Amino acid sequence: MTVGPILRVDNLTKVFTRKGQPPFTAVDHIGFELMPGECLGIIGESGSGKSTAVNMVTRLTDATEGTIILDGEDITHKKGRQLQNAYRKMQMVFQTPTESFDPRHTLGDGIGESLRNFGHCRAEVDRQVAGLLKQCGLPADFAKRYPHQVSGGQCQRAAIARAIAIKPKLLICDEATSALDVTIQKEVLALLRQLRQELSLSILFICHDIALVQQFCDRVLVLYRGSIVEEGIPNEVIRNPRNDYTRRLIDSIL
Amino acid sequence: MMKQPTVRPAKIRRDTVKARLIVFSILAVLLILCSLFSEYLTPYDPYLQDLSNAKAAPTAQHIFGTDRYGRDMLSRVIVGSRTSIFSTLLLVAVITVIGTVIGVFCGWHGGKIDTVLMRISDMFLAFPGLVFALAVAGVLGGGLHNAIFALAAISWPKYARIARSQTLSQKETPYLRAARLSGSGTVKILAMHILPNIIGPILVTSMLDIGTMMMELAGLSFLGLGAKPPIAEWGSMMSENRALMTTVPWITMAPGLAIFVSVMIFNLLGDTVRDYADPKARGR
Ligand SMILES: Nc1ncnc2c1ncn2[C@@H]1O[C@H](COP(=O)(O)OP(=O)(O)OP(=O)(O)O)[C@@H](O)[C@H]1O
Ligand SMILES: [Mg+2]
Repeated sequence: MTVGPILRVDNLTKVFTRKGQPPFTAVDHIGFELMPGECLGIIGESGSGKSTAVNMVTRLTDATEGTIILDGEDITHKKGRQLQNAYRKMQMVFQTPTESFDPRHTLGDGIGESLRNFGHCRAEVDRQVAGLLKQCGLPADFAKRYPHQVSGGQCQRAAIARAIAIKPKLLICDEATSALDVTIQKEVLALLRQLRQELSLSILFICHDIALVQQFCDRVLVLYRGSIVEEGIPNEVIRNPRNDYTRRLIDSIL
Repeated sequence: MMKQPTVRPAKIRRDTVKARLIVFSILAVLLILCSLFSEYLTPYDPYLQDLSNAKAAPTAQHIFGTDRYGRDMLSRVIVGSRTSIFSTLLLVAVITVIGTVIGVFCGWHGGKIDTVLMRISDMFLAFPGLVFALAVAGVLGGGLHNAIFALAAISWPKYARIARSQTLSQKETPYLRAARLSGSGTVKILAMHILPNIIGPILVTSMLDIGTMMMELAGLSFLGLGAKPPIAEWGSMMSENRALMTTVPWITMAPGLAIFVSVMIFNLLGDTVRDYADPKARGR
């Protein structure tokens, strides 16, 4: 028996329509599959539609067209409680660590929010939050801190702790390391690598740095103006790009 | 090196703001307590007439004098605080709650309902307060309740606007997305994340509004559109005695002074709360 993909996206399209302006297609009929345990990178320049695409996958934005199948279940039109249940399997880490935590709540509150929502009692949540912080390389007393009281790197670790709190199968990182400096970037990447092992996570890794993707991902998609222009193993794509845009993207970095 | 000069003034400012906050809060609480326990604080029965001692000048017994029926003005001012302060606080509480609920709903929900409700609020915003109160008084009759109703009707849109724009700016923040991904439903997100983050500026507005609303209510009562005699209310007390203003000025002075002092205290408190809530003034 073959194992199905953890995430399968077909014909995903987003058209932004605004008054007085022609419709703008930010994501244009893209499709891909992500196998269990795999790490798939998506690269592309700023404005190529990476965030729009993953926001549709997480249903934070409504897709104009297309289907999203998460672990064999069509979540394209799920709402309310059903969608909340889908989030048990899929979590996300954002680009801006500090802004991804409510300034009026402690990091512990943020990390434990999903646990509380999915029915754990207070004491159990506190215990698990301490464990999660430790797992992500932070001292347990960080649970009592507010987002502005920790550094960006520490905050991103806390955000990762929040994302893995309910043991999702799929972790989506939307430029999770872009706002961090190079050494912290390495640390966060190492943490993601370690968690991927420990929790056998599948990862969708959005990035505009092809070098990072090369280190971290098993497979890469190149997004250009909303369309997938290239797909392959990172090393091969870098060595032998078939598409002009990919070549330019690689040349500009390496 | 650069830190000392930037940190110190902020801290000093913060300390003075805190001191002001404490002082004005105490004064405001005293005012509210005074209105709560007004019956027990009056030296005389505020409704007891003593025509033999009418229009008496301020003396040790009647420090604000007596009105034309010989009623003790101090007692009447104290009892009047119940009506004046309580109806104002009630009014401000009502418009704050209604405005916030409508604003948050519009901002969160968007769409046609949002457009319709915002047009309605624009309509109310365009009415001059007095004209609307006159119209309400004309249709429903005068009286304190109708005056409160009229003022509430034209004052909630301000709160709705603030709440709506604040909600809109919160809606797309990463932490709200994170909260949704954490499986929090709409109600939870509104109550746990949006409301705590938008309530600051709204509360500051309502604090600043207490003084304004007190004036407006007193003004309506003065015109005979609010509280009706013999109920002691500062605005109507001034109006009642305005014919005597030139001959026995202390009678109008007592409620006038009461309005002045309370409006001042609530305005200063509102200003201080605004300074306190201002993150730039906070020594984070
Ligand atoms: N709400 C919106 N309304 C209209 N256009 C939008 C909206 N959101 C995004 N866009 C447009 O869609 C395009 C893709 O945006 P998107 O944020 O997905 O890019 P990105 O690849 O994530 O870029 P970056 O690397 O800077 O994060 C951009 O041209 C952007 O202007
Ligand atoms: Mg992006």
